[in-house]
Amino acid sequence: MTQHSRDLSRRRLLFGGAALGAGALLVGCTSNEAAPTAAQTKAADTAAGGNSTPGKKVTIGFSAPAADHGWLAAITTNAKAQAAAYSDVDFKTVEAGADAAAQRAALSTLIAQKPDVIVMLPHDGKELNAAGLEAMKAGIPVVNLDRAFPDALAYRLQIMGDNYGMGVAAANYIVAQLKAKGVSTPVIGEIPGIDSLELTQQRSKGFADTLAAAGFKVANRRPAEFTADSGQQAATGLLQALPKIDAVWNHDDDQGIGVLAAVNQTGRKEFFMVGGAGSKKAMEDIQADNTVLKATVTYSPSMASSAISLARLIGQGKGMSDLVELQVPKEIVLASETITKENASSYLKLGF
Amino acid sequence: MSDSTPTATPDRPEALPPQSSPVDPAVAGAVGKGPAHGSGGTGQLSWWRGDGGEGTRRNLGLIGVLVVLILIGIATRPDLYGDSSWVWNNILTILKLASVVGVVTVGMTFVIIGGGIDLSVGAIVALAGVWCTTLATQSYGAGGMIFTALVVGMCVGLVNGLLVSYGKLVPFIATLAMMVAARGLAAQISGKQTQVSDNAAINGIASTSLLGIPLLVYILAAVVAAGWVLLNRTTFGRRTVAVGGNPEAARLAGINVRRHTVLLYALSGLCCGIAAIMLTAQATSAQAAMANLYELDAIAAAIIGGTLLSGGRGTIVGSLLGVIIFSTITNLFAINGLSTEAQNMVKGGIIVAAVLVQQFQFRSFTQFLGRNRLTTG
Repeated sequence: MTQHSRDLSRRRLLFGGAALGAGALLVGCTSNEAAPTAAQTKAADTAAGGNSTPGKKVTIGFSAPAADHGWLAAITTNAKAQAAAYSDVDFKTVEAGADAAAQRAALSTLIAQKPDVIVMLPHDGKELNAAGLEAMKAGIPVVNLDRAFPDALAYRLQIMGDNYGMGVAAANYIVAQLKAKGVSTPVIGEIPGIDSLELTQQRSKGFADTLAAAGFKVANRRPAEFTADSGQQAATGLLQALPKIDAVWNHDDDQGIGVLAAVNQTGRKEFFMVGGAGSKKAMEDIQADNTVLKATVTYSPSMASSAISLARLIGQGKGMSDLVELQVPKEIVLASETITKENASSYLKLGF
Repeated sequence: MSDSTPTATPDRPEALPPQSSPVDPAVAGAVGKGPAHGSGGTGQLSWWRGDGGEGTRRNLGLIGVLVVLILIGIATRPDLYGDSSWVWNNILTILKLASVVGVVTVGMTFVIIGGGIDLSVGAIVALAGVWCTTLATQSYGAGGMIFTALVVGMCVGLVNGLLVSYGKLVPFIATLAMMVAARGLAAQISGKQTQVSDNAAINGIASTSLLGIPLLVYILAAVVAAGWVLLNRTTFGRRTVAVGGNPEAARLAGINVRRHTVLLYALSGLCCGIAAIMLTAQATSAQAAMANLYELDAIAAAIIGGTLLSGGRGTIVGSLLGVIIFSTITNLFAINGLSTEAQNMVKGGIIVAAVLVQQFQFRSFTQFLGRNRLTTG
């Protein structure tokens, strides 16, 4: 027994030493010093008398869901960077937490602090409609970023990407390419993001409607979850189900990393793919032209920077200088643009 | 640690302990009636009737389900199944799809047999994946990445185990906390970005094939084989069954229950580390949100495979079959172009049906179930 316990204690010592060494090594391994992607901001115009000349001090409150995805992370980064570009903006951010209820709670503390304007990307427009109303009632203009409130009284400005238009743009590109190749009955695959989200349904509807107008249809649709690993699995399923494909639309470039990995792992090359959102990596892949990814349709997080600029103007009671109106408009929907090899270089700075 | 095969007696070789170990006579008592191992019929003539053959019967049932699923596939897509090279390729695709969850499930099976539950496996996979794809780790090359993933996975599992056994937290709570915390740490390390792996050797794990079979499938096979040997042919495995069946009896029998519990969670964490490398290779990237809900997939697969949620019973082969059934369903729905909503409903139905069938068919276990916390399994 003593022999046994001596063995044990020696083993423990060895284990302990190894564990300590491994621990020290690992902690050193967490550093991630990539040059951060430059935020997408608009530098203040130097022209005198423009809207960017410092004016009344504006406090902007900001709330967006905790980012677990490149696009959401870029939204927060952009908002912060744009606010920092103005000397007259005081930027207050509250973490919106993991769900709509947590964001509602965070917003009520924000409202109590009485900022001049609130910019928020709601978890869900419908669920946070009441929070928007509450802020507006308290006299704080609300700028809704990307996820629409059903109630027009709940916001001063809504700035959104065009989900339906994204599907339209992707389908238009695919139709044009296939028509040019002379394919009459193409096999088209689709890899959407989380299928229960309204934005995914809108994208898919725009895609299906536009394809239908050209007489095409989606042969198979395998949803992923906006993550690379789920994209890889969904794409593997899609490729297995369709032995021959002509075109694929993948809704999201982040999950597209996994989709491209799956394509490479199966060695399939007979089709071309269109991405979505417009990540930096996707644009670089399109430029390099060595994968099946030939285009991507934008849904740019640069809208967060624009939202901050507009919130500042609202706070200062100014309008957009190129428009005749003296106030900022109530709704802005960004167009979804198609990035191909030809124009990728001019979009690279907008990639996230 | 490892004992050789027990000297078999004619009627119940499974319940009999190896003669060489002093703790094992009591282990048999702690295990109670008829622990069913996935040993696939150890030469018993009456495997279809006796208690010892229960695991075999259950696994044959699962294989039956698998055959039915494949027949449905043949009936619905005869065009695809008519092509033999496509069929072979499809089998490999199903196995590749099962490989990551399969490795996680092996660890999960050990934890559940040992009377615990590990809700943090998905989060551990994400943390290990993110940690091994940081730029600093990638600079050490493939070896450094693999080492990091394995050690991170095991350390997190170790913390789980310490919390459960020495901190006396309920496993559900301890691992739930770890699930949240590990994803948080992963998000912190990754800066909420998708980290692309540029290492050709790591990415090659998912695209390399040896003798026509993907490397991922070999890894799954190796982990399953190691798990099977560990559970069925070593004292560690027998102690796991004993601890899960009746921790108090196991403690009185001289098993260090607390240390054993720590080891079980560390084992689960190690499996998650292996899975993290496989998943990172497949996706050529890692992010904090990866391996979403793998804990539920792994638990469901283990339960379908006949692992008792209250511990004390379970088989590795059954768990593997459970994982393969799930990935076959996913494949079936993919090749038919059906929606994932319907797929999830079918998965839920299969989980419930599997547990109902087990309850119905194995009445003799009612007494055994009654002694445990979760009688419904």
